[in-house]
Amino acid sequence: MAQAEEIVIKPGHAAKNYWRDLLKSRELLWILAKRDLSVRYKQTTIGAGWALIRPFATTIVMVFAFGKVAKLKGDLGVPYPLMVLAGITIWSLFANTFTQISHSILLNSNLITKVYFPRLVMPLSSVVVGLVDFLISLMLFVIVAFWYQYFPTENLIYLPLFVLLTLLSSLAFGLFFSVVNVRFRDIAQLVPFLVQIGFYACPIAYSSSQVEMSRQVWWYDFYYLNPMVGIIDGFKWCLLGNASFFRVESLYSTVGFVAVVLSIAIYYFRRQENSFVDYI
Amino acid sequence: MKVIVAENIGKKYIIDHQKAGRQGYTFRDSFSEKIKHFFGQGDQDEIEKEEFWALRDVSFEITQGDRVGIIGHNGAGKSTLLKILSKITEPTHGKISLTGRVASLLEVGTGFHPELTGRENIFLNGAILGMKRHEIKQAFDAIVDFAGVEQFLDTPVKRYSSGMYVRLGFAIAAHLNPEILIVDEVLAVGDAEFQKKCLGKMRDVSESGRTLLFVSHNLTAVQALCNKTYYFERGQLKMQGDTKQVITNYLSHIATTKLVHTWETPEEAPGNDEVRIRSLQVLPTYQDDLRHIDVRTPLKIRIEFWNNFDQADLNLSVHLNAYTGECIFNVGTQSQTFSKGLVMAELEVPGNFLNDGTYVVSVMLVKDTSTVLYQMPEALSFEVEDYRESNLTWYGKWPGYVRPHLNFQISQSEVLV
Repeated sequence: MAQAEEIVIKPGHAAKNYWRDLLKSRELLWILAKRDLSVRYKQTTIGAGWALIRPFATTIVMVFAFGKVAKLKGDLGVPYPLMVLAGITIWSLFANTFTQISHSILLNSNLITKVYFPRLVMPLSSVVVGLVDFLISLMLFVIVAFWYQYFPTENLIYLPLFVLLTLLSSLAFGLFFSVVNVRFRDIAQLVPFLVQIGFYACPIAYSSSQVEMSRQVWWYDFYYLNPMVGIIDGFKWCLLGNASFFRVESLYSTVGFVAVVLSIAIYYFRRQENSFVDYI
Repeated sequence: MKVIVAENIGKKYIIDHQKAGRQGYTFRDSFSEKIKHFFGQGDQDEIEKEEFWALRDVSFEITQGDRVGIIGHNGAGKSTLLKILSKITEPTHGKISLTGRVASLLEVGTGFHPELTGRENIFLNGAILGMKRHEIKQAFDAIVDFAGVEQFLDTPVKRYSSGMYVRLGFAIAAHLNPEILIVDEVLAVGDAEFQKKCLGKMRDVSESGRTLLFVSHNLTAVQALCNKTYYFERGQLKMQGDTKQVITNYLSHIATTKLVHTWETPEEAPGNDEVRIRSLQVLPTYQDDLRHIDVRTPLKIRIEFWNNFDQADLNLSVHLNAYTGECIFNVGTQSQTFSKGLVMAELEVPGNFLNDGTYVVSVMLVKDTSTVLYQMPEALSFEVEDYRESNLTWYGKWPGYVRPHLNFQISQSEVLV
């Protein structure tokens, strides 16, 4: 008992050592992420193969529907299927992580009512899960790119930046929804719907260069307000080189949105997390 | 040395009356409430919020090495106290200082994932309970050994029997090596041998100078394990001190509650123009010098009422229900003709018949064996305490609503040579 530490419990006190506790809980963060990953493909025969099949199948359907039927064109010099696959890869990272985070509190409600730990561990472990899935589907892109004899340029070094931006934006929106979800179960219905809308509102099956061609339309400015546009264009630009259209200015709204929403979300989360147990 | 010092802790909950029994709370509820409020249409009753103090002005000090039992009825604030001590929820006011590492076991196998194997779950649950990876590795063999699940380490826990599941859960928690161990009702599950192991482990914990807080409904287990006991009632710490003394006080205290209802005049008595209840009583025949009802105590339920009919053919029916609502039995008297005046009925419930628990008596007055004249649901309630021969080592909740002494013989029918 030599190094026995003294713990004080009083209203509002947990806030004081919060970030230190969070750092101490990193092993829990890893193990929760490991749990989510290893549970997902239990009792399946192809296991992690699903992480490859899903984006692959989506790409084929998109190429057929938008490339062959609707005759959408990608950027000049970029194979259309490769552009779609790059878009799907980064969009899935955002969509999966965002969805996971917004459900993270409710899914772990059995822990919340029985054990104490900084509740931010749960959404953060969802980020890790999303990142692992992303790395698997990135492998799919590498294989397909080889097939098309398409090799990366030096733009590739910016890739981590866009991955980070994606994770931060999914954390920002997901964190906010995860808190609201505790009291209002409407979120569970809303999130898949938002993801579906986002899929079409973002340059996944098409390129922003096509939007550029219609500068006069009234929704042109609104298009770039979407924080995901800059991320997706940038990600494609990293993987596909300068032939892929990317306007650096489109990142302004991304950075602005993420900074504001993330700050609000963290503040809101911290204010509400002590009452999760009373409302869950 | 004081390891836990609690000063004036209180915990307030806000209850929405109208929301009772609803799962979750949706946007629409909140919006429609706000809109109603805005237009001044909000029904006052509908949105009434009530404050509820789950704990109020609770102060205590626990010394290192103490084994403290916490007893009290459902809703007395025991679980709230444990949740505050384990930092799951914050107190509304007050302050607690804890010295040393706290491990709380509010549930066995918290966070176990059914799809993961025993091995994976040991690491998962250990991390959830706050163990470091190297600590879990160190204790791993001891945990497996204590739980007795060697052969099933690589089987998903969903294939475990409930006994194995509980054993594994407790084994992990038991190897936390905390300075303060908080345990909530774990003994309610598991077989006799395992319970003995649990009690032994908890005793080890306290003998090695660590502190134990043990919440239980089970007075026998508290007596076997704890040197001090706290009794909570409606959020307040009513009694504390030596286990034996507190439990004796507690039992005689509950024995006097609500066993007798009497109404002096027909005007104030419950009933109607035809019949009115004069008194309702539970009359235990206490054994030895005990002043409380336990499973051995014979009882009489006495009902007296005013009858305003002349030549009425009346009978009385009594329902005995468990606290949770299930009917244990329903008995009726013979129908008989009475004149105007007082009528008394007495029902005998033998000792060694009811199990321990809380029971509710409902009374029904019937005319001509068919017309219900008056009924009084939940007219009386009484509590039956547990009692076991001291040579029994089983501390779990005795199953069943009744615990009758039936003739049950065992003998050797053949000897193999």
